[in-house]
Amino acid sequence: MTLKDQACIVGVGESAYTRGSQKTVLRLVLEASRHAIRDAGLTVQDIDGFVLSSSYIYQEALAANLGVSDLRYSTTVQMGGASPVTALQSAAMAVVLGVARYVLVPFGWNGYSEARISRRERPDAPVRPDNALSQALRNYYAPYGALAPVQHYAWLATRHRELHGTTDEEMGEVALASRFHAQHNPRAYMYGRTLTLEQYLQSPMIASPFRVLDCCLETDGACAVVVTSAERALDLQHDPVYIMGVAEGHPYPADDIPNRPDFFRIGLSFAAPHAFGMAGVTPQDMDFAQIYDCFTYVVMLQLEALGFCGVGESRDLVKGGTLRIDGDLPCNTHGGLHSEAHVWGLNHVVEATRQLRHEAALQVEDCELGLVTGWGDFGDGSLAILRR
Amino acid sequence: MQAYDKPLPRGEDFNGEFYRFCKDHELRFQRCQDCGAWRHMPRESCQACGSFNWTWERAGGRGQVFSWTVIHRALHPGFAEELPYAAVVVELEEGVRMVSHVLNLPVDELRVGLPVEVVFDDVTPEITLPKFRPL
Repeated sequence: MTLKDQACIVGVGESAYTRGSQKTVLRLVLEASRHAIRDAGLTVQDIDGFVLSSSYIYQEALAANLGVSDLRYSTTVQMGGASPVTALQSAAMAVVLGVARYVLVPFGWNGYSEARISRRERPDAPVRPDNALSQALRNYYAPYGALAPVQHYAWLATRHRELHGTTDEEMGEVALASRFHAQHNPRAYMYGRTLTLEQYLQSPMIASPFRVLDCCLETDGACAVVVTSAERALDLQHDPVYIMGVAEGHPYPADDIPNRPDFFRIGLSFAAPHAFGMAGVTPQDMDFAQIYDCFTYVVMLQLEALGFCGVGESRDLVKGGTLRIDGDLPCNTHGGLHSEAHVWGLNHVVEATRQLRHEAALQVEDCELGLVTGWGDFGDGSLAILRR
Repeated sequence: MQAYDKPLPRGEDFNGEFYRFCKDHELRFQRCQDCGAWRHMPRESCQACGSFNWTWERAGGRGQVFSWTVIHRALHPGFAEELPYAAVVVELEEGVRMVSHVLNLPVDELRVGLPVEVVFDDVTPEITLPKFRPL
């Protein structure tokens, strides 16, 4: 038995994407959740499962505010930005096994007005609770001024560039393609703000090789999706989007970046063969890819881990407009974390669903199959392969 | 002298033992007594053979640059006056890798494979950070 085609995404929703929401995280999540439930043609009373990502909100408060009075399944994924796609796996297992019927997968945060990653290491920032990464971070990275993801992932990017010769212009194409797509998406934070290669190259360096414009946005916002069984999905108002394959993966060791035997074997390297194997398809079958784009180079590493090209070959893959809407592999067609909003990639799941319903703001013509990746913590990964 | 205002290692559990050796200007890593595998960061048991038996074994202190990032924006004000500085991943001859600084080297001269050796920086009366310099 596998999960192939047994569970579907049947509802999607989001809050507005802003800098300065003036709302609590719970309020943002409630707005997105109600939109997703309504989009599915369901009522709150139908929801009997939650799969949360991280601990910005608690299931007790979510249930009490939504009015979910019979919650049969609730769990929380702790994989940082890889959590929302991993959450699809848990939701699919729950609905396929009958543990729950309709599972809500929400995520939201005030990533600008409360929790800016770029500012959280300042001494006056709120103290964050320990997590699995704290031992390495606090004892072995922070004393040397390596405090944040932009610096940690830069170790991967620097070595990869030194070994394979990737140029700034090749990295920049990831940012430019996202910004180009966002010009067609009124929800995108960067809608109406175009970007040229010259502007990209002139943006200030943060942690080499990452400039400001290699980094994703810091925004406030929430998304939610509803997952149910393929059987129940047929009775709902939209054409179901089938979860063909889904998997999570963890680099080894996951709690320390430098001491990995294979530096470029990221979480997605482990997840990809499982998800593609479950789905029975190959990277070449994909009509689009929504790839977790916390940083430009992280997208390139993921393209390699997914098998679109070999290690060191992503610099060639991204040339010639491959990632653009009319290219061979349209990528982050909503603008991604770079140009739509940073909602830990749950907005990538929302976009993939809309693409496969053929109702996206910038539609990949006649698309049938696509993928969504997650990336979080020190390189945890997740992958969902979806079809209409 | 100005107070040291950068983050210091917390030094809980095995991490405290690692840094106590550093204070004595000794770079020691855990080494499995059963299979001989070196490891860093410190852990309860050997990932190669599962053994709980280990010692703090002194490393030769030589290695090479494995990767780095040159930081141009301080995310903690303690580093503001160091900009630009490089957070470097060094691979020791024993095979373990650690994050550190390479002293006496302009950041644009960092290269994969550059040979380095450990030096000890007594940043406070209590804490010594192992750093490296070109060989």
